[in-house]
Amino acid sequence: MEHPVDRRDSRLVLSHIIFAYIAMLLGGIAGLLQGLVRGGMIELPAGIGYYQLLTAHGVLMALVFTTFFIIGFLYSTAVKTLGGKLLPVARNLGWLGFIHMAFGTLLATVMILLNKATVLYTFYAPMQASPFFYVALVFIVVGSWMSGFGLFYQYKVWRREHKGKLSPLLAFMAIVTMLLWQIATIGVALEVLLQLIPWSFGWVETVNVMLSRTLFWYFGHPLVYFWLLPAYMCWYVMIPKIIGGKIFSDALARLSFILFLLFSIPVGFHHQLMEPGISPFWKYLQVVLTFMVVIPSLMTAFSLFATFEISGREKGGRGLFGWWKLLPWKDVRFFAPFVGMLVFIPAGAGGLINASNQMNAVVHNTLWVTGHFHLTVATSVALTFFGITYWLVPAMSGRTLTARMNKLGIIQTILWAIGMFFMSGSMHTVGLFGSPRRTAYTTYGDHPDAVLWMPYHVAMAIGGTILFIAVLLMIYNLFALMRTPQGYTEYPIAEVTEHAESTPPLLERWGVWISLVVVLILLAYTVPVMEMLQHDVPGSKGFVTW
Amino acid sequence: MHIHKLEKIWLTFGIAMLIVFLVVLGVATFSMGMAPPSHSHAIDPEQIENTPPFDEPGLKQVGENEYEAVMIAYTFGYKPNDLTVPVGATVHFKVTSPDVVHGFAIPNTNVNMMIVPGEVNHITYTFDEAGEYLVLCNEYCGGGHEFMRTVITVQ
Repeated sequence: MEHPVDRRDSRLVLSHIIFAYIAMLLGGIAGLLQGLVRGGMIELPAGIGYYQLLTAHGVLMALVFTTFFIIGFLYSTAVKTLGGKLLPVARNLGWLGFIHMAFGTLLATVMILLNKATVLYTFYAPMQASPFFYVALVFIVVGSWMSGFGLFYQYKVWRREHKGKLSPLLAFMAIVTMLLWQIATIGVALEVLLQLIPWSFGWVETVNVMLSRTLFWYFGHPLVYFWLLPAYMCWYVMIPKIIGGKIFSDALARLSFILFLLFSIPVGFHHQLMEPGISPFWKYLQVVLTFMVVIPSLMTAFSLFATFEISGREKGGRGLFGWWKLLPWKDVRFFAPFVGMLVFIPAGAGGLINASNQMNAVVHNTLWVTGHFHLTVATSVALTFFGITYWLVPAMSGRTLTARMNKLGIIQTILWAIGMFFMSGSMHTVGLFGSPRRTAYTTYGDHPDAVLWMPYHVAMAIGGTILFIAVLLMIYNLFALMRTPQGYTEYPIAEVTEHAESTPPLLERWGVWISLVVVLILLAYTVPVMEMLQHDVPGSKGFVTW
Repeated sequence: MHIHKLEKIWLTFGIAMLIVFLVVLGVATFSMGMAPPSHSHAIDPEQIENTPPFDEPGLKQVGENEYEAVMIAYTFGYKPNDLTVPVGATVHFKVTSPDVVHGFAIPNTNVNMMIVPGEVNHITYTFDEAGEYLVLCNEYCGGGHEFMRTVITVQ
């Protein structure tokens, strides 16, 4: 059978996916050990620090696994929807980006293992890592920009060759996701290039701590939407095809992506609500902007369940919920992302609590927050990425998704859900009691409050162990998928239902939307950042406290 | 752009709830004194020991059963260690850091704030019940982060 995808393109996509999963395996080992330490079950052998593992876990999972997977996936959408293969310029930029990011990852990992960068993945100043850790981050970010430019180039050429036509929905979504990333990473790039690198090399003596935190969180919140939007692409475009349905509305799908682009950036202060030096007015303003993403989230929930119901009814489902039974529960391509979607309901509700201005005091920096993002990114997003892997890898390598692999995928999903139920459930609960996040085993001198937290920490370790087994199974599945019999696997892209109305071309007027993004960012950040710059505080010297 | 009738109802309801919720947050923040700790109170982190009131950290009575607690959060502890106040005392905490970023949290209360070098953060709490209140650092601050604690005894 003819190879469905140009080998040069599938090699680029698969390299990203494999690199992502290797990072997940290493991050998973770190995560398992952390869980066991915090649960008081083991002590680390001499030389390895808890916070070193925590740094490795955060960097490898949150930054490396996600970014590599997402870029690989976005390139595959460009291959499939923008001309059938990558243009040489796009492919070369993709490889250039890959090499830069891979080098940055290796350098950062070495620095972490050498205990030169035990600063966690948020690297808050004035803790000062080795300058080479910050240089490594520059390689990762700049590499991702190159990959982004490759995608933009492919899209631009497609539009030039299809004047007046609406771009494919999947490609549009990929471009929004990459645009969001590029605008968001400007913040962390400024922090690292203008503040941390000169300071860590000793070219300047001090750093403006509040400014560095603000630039970090200007990036840190849209980062989570950069993780989420590719999952939404799967939910909006791939899942309808897998369940034999159609996309509810092209226009609303595009509108919700545009709303995420607008409202995920000017909102970083909701991570800094408990901090001095930012006035309550500007915090509240960004809280309001944060909550605007509720609107596209409601739109998404509606569209998805409308698609499920319509397709179930077309298959003959009767009664109020008869369609529910007709969903393809035994198909991992549906089941894994669907579990992710279900988890997103409590995950989103937890997020609303976190961002609720003064209410944040109850949960800020407690294990509740850790529990929260293990539901959002580590379940909703991760399970969706796993679900994508089951068809993306065979589709790219010209192989089939066998019944056995499908079954292993279902088992992997269930294991993950059970492990996360225990781990994230205990984190949420004990977080409400005040147990702090990012803290090694301690009973605070046997203080009665802290002693009461221990059973929950043990439950976290048990959940974490189940999750680690699920990580190993996923790694096995990935490599087994590359050895299934040769053949054809569908790359599922749904069509829009014939009942949907046409999409207004305004949604693809990038000039309009980027200008609006800039206006919102200036509105939310200009005054508070000016205040930070004019502050008469001398900056901070660097500290190595680990 | 056409929007399905059921979706219109869903979105209208959702957006109305959102507005009510944000108004509640805003009213509580700005007219009921519940703003999160946000003081802009600059200090030179290297001169803390010479800058009042941090040259004399400790507890100072400022009214009837009302105290000001001036504290320094450092790697890896709080100065002064182990405060004692009477039941019902209202304590105004003023805390800063001479080194890295720390946390200042008292579990089972709403006391939870970030201590950033160069800034003094403020929070007020009334201790209505007797007990030993754990104060802990909830922002990673280095190798001994998990040992950073103190106790406030309310009796």
